[in-house]
Amino acid sequence: MKKLLMLMAVALLPLTALADSDNKYGGENRGKPLLPKQINAKWQEECGACHIAYAPGLLPADSWRKLMSGLDQHFGTDAALATNENRAITEFLVKNESNRWRAKSAPLRITESAWFKAKHGTHEIAPDVWKRASIKSPANCQACHLEAAQADFNEHRIKIPK
Amino acid sequence: MKKTGIISAIALSAIFTFSAPLMAAENTILESYRAAARQENPAFKDFSSTRGQAFHTAKSGDLSCASCHTENIKAHGKHATTGKDILPLAPSANPDRFADAAKVEKWFKRNCNDVLKRACTAQEKGDFIAYTLSVK
Ligand code: HEC
Ligand code: HEC
Ligand code: HEC
Repeated sequence: MKKLLMLMAVALLPLTALADSDNKYGGENRGKPLLPKQINAKWQEECGACHIAYAPGLLPADSWRKLMSGLDQHFGTDAALATNENRAITEFLVKNESNRWRAKSAPLRITESAWFKAKHGTHEIAPDVWKRASIKSPANCQACHLEAAQADFNEHRIKIPK
Repeated sequence: MKKTGIISAIALSAIFTFSAPLMAAENTILESYRAAARQENPAFKDFSSTRGQAFHTAKSGDLSCASCHTENIKAHGKHATTGKDILPLAPSANPDRFADAAKVEKWFKRNCNDVLKRACTAQEKGDFIAYTLSVK
């Protein structure tokens, strides 16, 4: 009996592993790692000027392509780049996209993805918390994640501001 | 002749390096906007830091330059939408400012578009830089 259970567990292992990486959050899962070892300096400078430079592993390649082709009207602001800079940054983002995203969807916002919503549901964060002046927007990752700019979202380095 | 030429060149460069921080016209980027302002308007006289300061705080819709850069340009600013920290705009508090022409032009284009929904004129840009340089 014990042996049988063990066998079943072993047989199930690959299945659970698959479920974890492929089907979690309806396929809208962030990548691992979020940041590659080689960082593109232009990306860091340009995409880190108005907010933290969001790590490429937070979204799939199609999201990055869409976003990078509309920078002149980027969430109500003008973030346009020279053609050659745009190409280099797009390449960096696409190459380091989320490696666990299986859905066809490609949201423009990280905060619209299923993994984000699951991790930031009302059980973790009450709706009125988002409206605090110190937070303002769910896109303001570093308000709560102290090391967000380094793509470190570990739960031990979260402090929700008053 | 040759010798005096070299000597006066050295003397001149010495004057320029020593007097540069004192003169209002020290900033090469400001000088290029001056040339552009003359092109734009034959009646152009000079840039005005007073006008630049008024421009900095003038609201157009909900936004002014001060919305993100704060009224005190020696202090840190804060992005009006994202809340991100922005380093001071005054060169006296942040020597990296107005040192890279391409960067300056890129942000004038973006921020003027965001605030005024149009490009800024060379006069406005020059007034603005003159203002930032005047804050000691
Ligand atoms: C001129 C300012 C500016 C620059 C430069 C800029 N952004 Fe943004 N970005 C914004 C603003 C404003 C928002 C909206 C923030 C909000 O909703 O709180 C935003 C939002 C985003 C979001 C969505 C965040 C979310 O999940 O809600 C992504 C992704 C993004 N930017 C990526 C980039 C990338 C990639 C670059 C570099 C090519 C870049 N940004 C450069 C201003 C900028
Ligand atoms: C209001 C505060 C707040 C903001 C803003 C916020 N988060 Fe979070 N985040 C949390 C909390 C709380 C958790 C839950 C930690 C847990 O599961 O115990 C979390 C969890 C996470 C996790 C999972 C961490 C893990 O170890 O499983 C990631 C990744 C993450 N956030 C990324 C982001 C990104 C990217 C942004 C910005 C686009 C962001 N967060 C904005 C509060 C915030
Ligand atoms: C929505 C926020 C926002 C507003 C409004 C805004 N700026 Fe900026 N500005 C920024 C950001 C972000 C940067 C780039 C980050 C940095 O260099 O610190 C910047 C950089 C600049 C620079 C680059 C200076 C240099 O040499 O580094 C200039 C010039 C500038 N802004 C002028 C203006 C003017 C003029 C206005 C008003 C018409 C204005 N800004 C309004 C956010 C803003």
